[in-house]
Amino acid sequence: MAFLEIDRLSKTFGNVRILKEINLEIEKGGFLVLVGPSGCGKSTLLNCIAGLEPITSGEIRINGRNVAGLHPSKRDIAMVFQSYALYPNMTVAGNIAFGMEIRGVPKLERDKAIARVAETLQIGHLLDRKPSQLSGGQRQRVAMGRALVRDPQVFLFDEPLSNLDAKLRVDMRTEIKRLHHRVKTTIVYVTHDQIEAMTLATKIAVLRDGVLQQFGTPAEIYNNPANMFVADFMGSPAMNLLAASVEGGSEGDVRVSIDRPNAPPLSLPVNGVGEALRPFAGRNVVFGIRPEALTDPDGADRNAHSVVEGDCLIDVVEPAGSDTFAVTRLGGKEVVARLRADARLQPGQTARLAFNLDKAVFFDPSDQSRIA
Amino acid sequence: MTALPFDSPETPHAHDMGQDTGRGWRITNRIVIYGLLVLFAVLYLMPLFVMLVTSFKTMDEIQGGNMLALPQSPTLEPWAKAWGETCVGLTCAGIKGYFWNSLKMVVPAVLISTLLGALNGYVLTKWRFRGHNLVFGLMLFACFIPFQSVLLPMATILGSIGRFGVTLQNAFGTSLGLGNPTVNLVFVHVVYGLGFTTLFFRNYYEAFPSELVKAAQIDGASFFQIFRRIMLPNSLPIFVVTVIYQFTNIWNDFLFASAYAGTGESMPMTVALNNVVNTSTGVVEYNVNMAAAMIAALPTLLVYVVAGRYFVRGLMAGAVKG
Amino acid sequence: MSSVATTRPVLTAERDEGIRPTVRSRLQEALPKIVLAPSFAAIVVFVYGFILWTAYLSFTTSKAFPSTNWDGLRSYEKLWRWTFESSPPSSWYTSITNMGIFGFLYVFFCLAIGLGLAILLDQKIRGEGVLRPIYLYPMALSFIVTGVAWKWFLDPGLGLEQTLHNLGWTSFHFDWIKNKDFVIYTVVIAGVWQASGFVMAMFLAGLRGIDGEIMKAAQIDGASPLQLYRRIIIPLLRPVFLSAFIVLAHMAIKSYDLVVALTSGGPGGSAWLPSNFMYEYTFKRNQMAVGSASAIIMLMGISAIIVPYLYSELREKSR
Repeated sequence: MAFLEIDRLSKTFGNVRILKEINLEIEKGGFLVLVGPSGCGKSTLLNCIAGLEPITSGEIRINGRNVAGLHPSKRDIAMVFQSYALYPNMTVAGNIAFGMEIRGVPKLERDKAIARVAETLQIGHLLDRKPSQLSGGQRQRVAMGRALVRDPQVFLFDEPLSNLDAKLRVDMRTEIKRLHHRVKTTIVYVTHDQIEAMTLATKIAVLRDGVLQQFGTPAEIYNNPANMFVADFMGSPAMNLLAASVEGGSEGDVRVSIDRPNAPPLSLPVNGVGEALRPFAGRNVVFGIRPEALTDPDGADRNAHSVVEGDCLIDVVEPAGSDTFAVTRLGGKEVVARLRADARLQPGQTARLAFNLDKAVFFDPSDQSRIA
Repeated sequence: MTALPFDSPETPHAHDMGQDTGRGWRITNRIVIYGLLVLFAVLYLMPLFVMLVTSFKTMDEIQGGNMLALPQSPTLEPWAKAWGETCVGLTCAGIKGYFWNSLKMVVPAVLISTLLGALNGYVLTKWRFRGHNLVFGLMLFACFIPFQSVLLPMATILGSIGRFGVTLQNAFGTSLGLGNPTVNLVFVHVVYGLGFTTLFFRNYYEAFPSELVKAAQIDGASFFQIFRRIMLPNSLPIFVVTVIYQFTNIWNDFLFASAYAGTGESMPMTVALNNVVNTSTGVVEYNVNMAAAMIAALPTLLVYVVAGRYFVRGLMAGAVKG
Repeated sequence: MSSVATTRPVLTAERDEGIRPTVRSRLQEALPKIVLAPSFAAIVVFVYGFILWTAYLSFTTSKAFPSTNWDGLRSYEKLWRWTFESSPPSSWYTSITNMGIFGFLYVFFCLAIGLGLAILLDQKIRGEGVLRPIYLYPMALSFIVTGVAWKWFLDPGLGLEQTLHNLGWTSFHFDWIKNKDFVIYTVVIAGVWQASGFVMAMFLAGLRGIDGEIMKAAQIDGASPLQLYRRIIIPLLRPVFLSAFIVLAHMAIKSYDLVVALTSGGPGGSAWLPSNFMYEYTFKRNQMAVGSASAIIMLMGISAIIVPYLYSELREKSR
């Protein structure tokens, strides 16, 4: 049975529906990441779980208990905020102990708990400082300490890394993952950063405009996006989404044809998913392929079933150290290919690129939904 | 609330007028600028200077001499007389009693209105409800009304309360402060100061991170615990600003004071001073008048000297609303 | 996403159909409103209620005591008639013409001197920290003290005139404070002295808030210092002009104490402003209805300035 369940949760404010019929669940010790662009409702959803905002309908169950209506402090949760929300007038130790103080935990016990958490997070030397005397990374640790000390059933993280600089963010990401392995507490984590989502999550929920777009493991979300929005949002650089027309009659091979400048259209076989595409014969679909599935022929995945090569006119070459990205035009769109670092390319020249069609996905342009 | 824009230590971009022009022109330019600034400084200081020197002069010297001259034989007698002997209306016991009247009125009025303002600001920013903007708008507009438009009804109500106080006094031996002019003025200043104190705290708490309140909620703190443990300890600057603003305004008030405590023992300082100066019996003792005016001005001047930065901030906050 | 949505209860405890709210939790939920209620009620009653009461009185025959006899617009008709009674001037005529003179000159000179001083102070001045408080301290004084000081300073027999006579300039003549045609100008002088430093502070804060890169860009474009101020800086200070104007206009309409302390109303009430008119008619001349009507007119005058301003301010905020 799932540990945290969100059941048909809706929230409206005035006439605006902020969250629509959200269904989610995560197992005990799982790491659920809520991801989406700003304004998608992910932080609202987190606040609803915390009890900081009222919900309109639906249920939130933690360990089988419906917590809707309970005060935040009675839900057995702890939360780490984007701004860390450390009480500026209290020392680090005071911040960590405040919740216990309110609950009337005796001083001796509080001190013990502080010491334990300080050791876990290695912030023992900071306990007497005020938050204003701490660096961003230290504040982050203290905020986590304040959550840890509660030993809650669920941790809630609201974009906890977004105020850190790039390098520290990566370090803290690793640290959070390590912490999760150690304490094995269920976590719900909000971010707009899809890399954070991919690296941390055991389950990802992608939201947009208050509607759940897809819910699944990171691999499912990445490899099998449910619609064009998810395909576009997850992954960096983003998945290439370009127009392709489906060719084929009621039987025989189905192929897709993709326009390219200064050359006849590129025609690709779509054997694996031909039947799904057949109804679209003679019409346009959206062809999606991630940059790493569009490479130089030497770099193509040797285990793939269907790799097709085609010549493409290279527009821009962007060496990025570990890889080289090449931009070409296909199906009327700029398309990014990810090549080996030492691939030799010149802008303005034609280069041979390998399409790994195992990884290609197709969407219906009329409603952006996945066809195959 | 950090330092005011013009308080930045190195003033990063004061706008220099004469940058790429000749050296001679530049020097002339600086002389003109400093000259004007000093001239204005002298103009602004003049009345205070005249008041001050006059308050240390004897009457003989005043009648014969130059008002700008320093006192030839400085005397503290005018100050002593103003404090303890001068006539306010028909009573000749100095202004000291009225000074204490003002203090007795100002301290509770400032404390109550500031505390209520803090609570109101807290509710209006961190515990919002439908219509909070309308409530705030109505409170805000109340800052700007001419008090003449409420003067008369308040006088009527205070009169009724006073009569009720007398009844209580006769029946139970205590009026519970009802009808006492000082209590009345405290009440009036609290009511008509609420708009400003609420405005100050609302704007301050508007910028106060709500996540802190949420964190405290998750920690289990109640409405008042959050206020006392989280909001108040982080509100010192706005407290200072509000207290100074209210202190200055209430100490300096004349309209309410003259309307509700315009005669008798309970006059506040401003009314007493006006009466001293306008007492037409006998020789006008200008030195005593000036000393009395100085005494009336000292508390607010002192506040200004000690905490000028907060004083300005309060004026600005009162000026730049919503 | 992280910011708190502005119009929704940030932290209301929610209710659930399944769990019956206890009295205690209901009380908790209502607590914020309970805390705000006394203040709000006080404002509603003692501000808005009293304004209505004053308005009501202005429609009655109230003289020395409040009366409930309806008298329609009689008081307003009186004021309207007096508005045009210029010779000999009615008290109301004097009050509103004084209001016009005082209001215009006070606002104008405060803005001009305030802006001028702010620009001068913004020229990398040594000793700015000393000068600034000097310009501003009058704002800390009560109008009564200001009035007393200036009354003495402007007194022809003792003050400026006498001093200059003693210094040998015997032809110098300055008796405005005793002259019914000029006494209002002495109120302007004292008022400007008191408030212009504050306007200076507002402008200075505005000047220091201007992005320095705009200035650099203008200088690179070859703007002379004068052009820089005329074309770039002063236009950028428009919001400050507006704020300062609102503050000054509202202080001008409320001015009462200064007239009393400086001029005791002037010879024959020649220094009256509408606020003095209201006070005198209500409390001294036993014409409560007329006094109330004048208070309502003052309120309307201030509202005409403040309401649009507050409205736009609040609307801008919520956008």
